[in-house]
Amino acid sequence: MKSFKTHKSPDDTIRDMLLFLLENKKVSSIFALSKVHNNNYAYTLITDKELLKNITPTFPLMPANAGKMISRLTMIEAVKSPVAVVLRPCELRALFELVKLEQAKLDNLLFISFTCGGVFPIKTKKDSVENALKNYWTNAKTGEDLQELRECCRICENFVPDNADIILQLAGKDIDNGTSVLMKTEKGAGFLNGMSEQFSEESLESTALDTIGEIRKEKKQKIFADLKTEDFGIEGLVNIFGRCINCHACSKVCPVCYCKLCYFESADNDAGPSIFEIELKKRSALRIPADTVLYHLGRMTHIGFTCVGCGMCSDVCPTNIPIATIFTKVSERVQKAFEYIPGKDLEEKVPVSVFEMKELEDVED
Amino acid sequence: MDEKTLPQIVGFLCKWCSYAGADLAGVSRLKMPASLIPIRVMCSSRVDPIFVLKAFLAGADGVLIAGCHPGDCHYQSGNYYTRRRFALTRKIFEELGLDTNRIRLSWISASEGQRFVNVVTEFTENLKKIGKNPVKAEVFL
Repeated sequence: MKSFKTHKSPDDTIRDMLLFLLENKKVSSIFALSKVHNNNYAYTLITDKELLKNITPTFPLMPANAGKMISRLTMIEAVKSPVAVVLRPCELRALFELVKLEQAKLDNLLFISFTCGGVFPIKTKKDSVENALKNYWTNAKTGEDLQELRECCRICENFVPDNADIILQLAGKDIDNGTSVLMKTEKGAGFLNGMSEQFSEESLESTALDTIGEIRKEKKQKIFADLKTEDFGIEGLVNIFGRCINCHACSKVCPVCYCKLCYFESADNDAGPSIFEIELKKRSALRIPADTVLYHLGRMTHIGFTCVGCGMCSDVCPTNIPIATIFTKVSERVQKAFEYIPGKDLEEKVPVSVFEMKELEDVED
Repeated sequence: MDEKTLPQIVGFLCKWCSYAGADLAGVSRLKMPASLIPIRVMCSSRVDPIFVLKAFLAGADGVLIAGCHPGDCHYQSGNYYTRRRFALTRKIFEELGLDTNRIRLSWISASEGQRFVNVVTEFTENLKKIGKNPVKAEVFL
């Protein structure tokens, strides 16, 4: 893969790249994480190169899933002029799923991503993230587990952005001695043409990345085993989702939970007096808000195939239900059954949207 | 479950095949346990997994989805999608420690009145063996 090296930090390298793209009118705007106001981080669209100093694309925080944000921008029609998008691997995978579901369009987007070391939960205080940065990058290099990170990130094995046009090597690399930029696609190489004089060849595969994968896989197996979802049964489900206050925040931030008219927010799901009475006759008691277990199981059936394991849901849960971990575990099982990896390949259809004439005979009776 | 109380089964029957099959069983005066609460849907693929979960969590001992045999769908391919979704629901049931024997997918054509009776009888017998849906014991669901 064609690549070049810089002697700057990853953020500065990305800034240089984006400045080059903006100045040469190769892109009209930039989509990236920025530091806005005091201590606030948010995704932003930028056209003024003066504002590039604000962007912090590698800052380990995900205030929203960028895949969902890009879907919002491109749902009705594709962007008209080229936009450079800097995002994390899981966000890119979420976006690819949304494209398959016809919720986003990829035309005119240039994707810049990096091997990801994970992010801190949204609720982490921003200054404590800033203080932990040194530690974060040391661990990102070796793959050593960092407890403060999102649980989903600690167990993520898909931290290499296979579908990005331009990839920076961060996790698995020593970033103190400069940053290497890989041009994964012809498109990426075309956009960066003229930016550097000295191109070399570099592979995305390395033992360091494999080691990180191994460490995370081990962690995942442990965390999944501790979760014991197989033993839940109805009692376990009531126990864990009984904490749910039905705020639906997890579905609001979920990139692949995209329905405009959600069943769980529709009038169908309003429990009027007649429903209460039927329930009360049956059980002589009713939990209010009702149907929290149904809500989570229902969501699981809807996003089981497309869940990319970004961990936004756990982050926003006010009652600290480990939604993301449970969903990732269940989804992984479901996805494995159909040999489907969400966001990997645009051509590969979501399993519920296609079928084969002869299959799954074991589920019929 | 004691012999007298029948399990309750919520059945989603496709209008073109299984519901007609149930009708045939009726007009042929075939005997079967009165355990099924039929709900007619235009196609088995109309059944969102949420419907199955809703019935299950409302205390149904079993949930049956029945549609045309593969290849016979009135809408060409609806039942193939049903099968995939059902496989997904089953996997989720397995993973969360819920009993997959409580949900069932069967193909029953309009001419198979006897098969309809067999499916309902067999499913009812199985559910009798498994016992009551534990959801019923959860008061604050």
